[in-house]
Amino acid sequence: MDAIPAGNRSLLRMLTCGSVDDGKSTLIGRLLYDAQLIAEDTLAAITRDSRKHGTVGEEVDLALLVDGLEAERQQGITIDVAYRFFTTGSRSFIVADCPGHEQYTRNMATGASNSELAIILVDARKGLLTQTRRHSFICSLLGIRHVVLAVNKIDLVDFDQAVFDRIVAEYHSFAAAFGFRTLAAIPLSGRFGDNVTQRSPRTPWYQGPTLIEHLEAVDADEDAEALPFRFPVQWVNRPNLDFRGYAGTVASGRIALGEPVVVAASGVASEITRILGPDGEQQSAAAGDAVTLCLAQEIDIARGDMLAPPAQRPSVADQFAAHILWMDEEKLLPGRQYLLRMGHAWTTASITAIKHRIDVTTLGQLPATSLALNEIAVCNLSTAQKLAFDPYGENRLTGAFILVDRTSNRTVGCGMVQFPLRRATNIHQEAYLVDKAARAAAKAQKPMLLWFTGLSGSGKSTVAKLVEEALHAAGRHTYSLDGDNLRHGLNRDLGFTPQDRVENIRRVGEVAKLMVDAGLIVLASFISPYRAERQMVRDLLAPGEFVEIFVDTSLEVCAARDVKGLYAKAMRGEIANFTGVSSPYEAPEAAELVLDGGGVAPEDLARQVLVLVERFQATN
Amino acid sequence: MPSLPPHLKRLEAEAIGILRETAASFRNPVLLYSIGKDSSVVLHLAQKAFAPGKLPFPLLHIATGWDFRAMLEFRDRRAAEIGARLIVHTNPDGLAQGIGPLSHGSQVHMNVMGTEALKQALNQHGFDAAIGGARRDEEKSRAKERVFSHRAPGHVWEPRGQRPELWGLYNTRIGPGETMRVFPLSNWTEFDVWDYIAAEAIPVVPLYFAALRPTLRRSGAMIMRDDERMPLEPGEEIEMKWVRFRTMGDWPLTGAHESRAETMDQVLEELRASRVSERHGRLIDIDQEASMERKKREGYF
Repeated sequence: MDAIPAGNRSLLRMLTCGSVDDGKSTLIGRLLYDAQLIAEDTLAAITRDSRKHGTVGEEVDLALLVDGLEAERQQGITIDVAYRFFTTGSRSFIVADCPGHEQYTRNMATGASNSELAIILVDARKGLLTQTRRHSFICSLLGIRHVVLAVNKIDLVDFDQAVFDRIVAEYHSFAAAFGFRTLAAIPLSGRFGDNVTQRSPRTPWYQGPTLIEHLEAVDADEDAEALPFRFPVQWVNRPNLDFRGYAGTVASGRIALGEPVVVAASGVASEITRILGPDGEQQSAAAGDAVTLCLAQEIDIARGDMLAPPAQRPSVADQFAAHILWMDEEKLLPGRQYLLRMGHAWTTASITAIKHRIDVTTLGQLPATSLALNEIAVCNLSTAQKLAFDPYGENRLTGAFILVDRTSNRTVGCGMVQFPLRRATNIHQEAYLVDKAARAAAKAQKPMLLWFTGLSGSGKSTVAKLVEEALHAAGRHTYSLDGDNLRHGLNRDLGFTPQDRVENIRRVGEVAKLMVDAGLIVLASFISPYRAERQMVRDLLAPGEFVEIFVDTSLEVCAARDVKGLYAKAMRGEIANFTGVSSPYEAPEAAELVLDGGGVAPEDLARQVLVLVERFQATN
Repeated sequence: MPSLPPHLKRLEAEAIGILRETAASFRNPVLLYSIGKDSSVVLHLAQKAFAPGKLPFPLLHIATGWDFRAMLEFRDRRAAEIGARLIVHTNPDGLAQGIGPLSHGSQVHMNVMGTEALKQALNQHGFDAAIGGARRDEEKSRAKERVFSHRAPGHVWEPRGQRPELWGLYNTRIGPGETMRVFPLSNWTEFDVWDYIAAEAIPVVPLYFAALRPTLRRSGAMIMRDDERMPLEPGEEIEMKWVRFRTMGDWPLTGAHESRAETMDQVLEELRASRVSERHGRLIDIDQEASMERKKREGYF
């Protein structure tokens, strides 16, 4: 163990990637073992486990040091990113151990996003595999610039230099396009330790450093200090009236007292008057420092803003092109709204176009209408708010974002900005004198959207029709939207795939919004099976204007009614994507009104809706 | 003050960023203060993160009734010095039933007085994020823990439901009834913690340093008898020995080891020469294979 106190040690973050059985876990176990970081009681425990779960007979299975979760040990595989730590005299290392299975691309991306260097393992017996290519591409895409090609299990090819040379030559030829700044190829054996920490006498033909020598020496500093100053504001610190500071971590560059800055989004300028670091006042701050900055003027700055030098500003846009890596079981659908986090800013975003998907094996471009788990594509995005960013290729911390599902809050994707799209800047919102309020006043009513959702045959249109008749009789100005008048016209080009359903509802939402803007009471009856799209329409309108009415009729009742004979067809498999049969329906969790469509007469259901409408009309 | 080595500076900045993120993203966060060295470091970092302001969240200590007396004294003194709001919670049901490690065994005791008590306190105060001092290097199933670790309603940890964490872009969003555990020291090792404590002169409980203490041997562990509730079994006797502790817990469940390391430098030196893992002295982890993972699923911190 290192006898040197912390001293001047630096930190290197890296990930290991390879295919199943390439020996990643064993190699990391070897690094920890040789760094003498395995405590006696831990070693005793894995010696015991080796007999139970191990795969190397009577020897101690070093992989068991790192395969942590019970399920993994039982299955003999790694299923999640594990972080490991070891230290040598000159460096501390954080290792992200990433599973190699094809379906765990997302885990590799996670490890790579937090790393400066990647160890890519290749089994000397098998040579380069599809996975090797995939992993190298993902590392490159995520901005890894330093790679070690670890040709493992060299003992199993009799330490043959020809095998090693062939693999290295092949790798060089296909990795040329990946822009790696350093690439070291090392023949080694994780199981026996050759060239890991000790130079192996069995590979006399190899003159390079051992793995650990290389890891200690490689200069993987991102040189984030050389980039323009970027300070994403994380938290406004205002403990009393005399102090107002902006807390955050410098993403790149440097800043010193007296230097000018602007708020990227608003362009408002000020200058730095104080810098508070972990130990109090400082003269300057650099990339990686967690500080609190004070400015000369009191200007409007909130969490999510970015401070930058006036002469080197980031892009500010609400439309941009980016690589997206999809990480969720549920597909990415263009037009659907997701939450997007970039820096400390959260906003909503939708993918306006999938330009092409990337085949990570051939690196070829493929057309795509949606993205499945682990797929990567170049997309155009549109965000609700303008964001400040740099291209990911220039700055990893200010060009990255994550996408989050609005309903479940799962992290569903990650992205890397390529460039801003300028079109947005040329479309200006026109201000009219005759506005929504004026048009509504002329009709003496408050415009609103009654959104009926439920299964096919649940009674949505029947109830909506009764409601509209009653409203009309009472002198209200109304309009009904349903599949019949939209599917045959505006939306005739759309089918019933998940993508088309999303687009269908998006268009309905936009039309309904225009009608509400015109002052009408709009009744929309659509199955609208997805929560996310109903939420999207809700967000298009002012608070209170969107009234979600769930016509809650069970599938059994709907299928028994089968007014249009559709259920019978669907059950026979003649209709694809039929909601409730072969396509999911996500019931509302907080609808304004739930109607019992199975047991109550439509006239009574309509009365319940009318009560709600009149109550809204009576509010100010 | 001499400046920190680069790797500790990076870890410090990362932890401060995580603490600020918690304050900025949650309605009602709390710092789970267990009085050990790790939570002493988190507390120190939190003071730095929010300076010149005060801590924007209270401290919560889950007292089991079997805490070392020295820990309780230290806790009250530190909270007063910092001016932090301190909440102490003990499971009243467990207390009424007289649950304890000697009468009910370590598993039942830790479950009722530790895990259940924590859930009670979080529910009672409506805390939506609880900051803890756990580190990934402590134990194998911890190695995969997230910095922001999502808990489903009922404080359930679902290993497969955890969110990927890319860059520093944490997904801090939670639904109704859900909560978050936050671990600012995720990427620290035990050495980093001690090096940082030494560099920053952070106060820690005196039990970490060797002293002459009343001890007895039981089930292979050396226990410091902190009060009279532990009756001696035949053949056992109390001996005064120079001992210290490497981790803090309930005194009947925490093994001491013989040591003369009375100063910070001596502790660091002893640690570097040690070939035994940190959790070795914890009697609760070796109950069963994968016991930590199981405890976490049930809501253990």
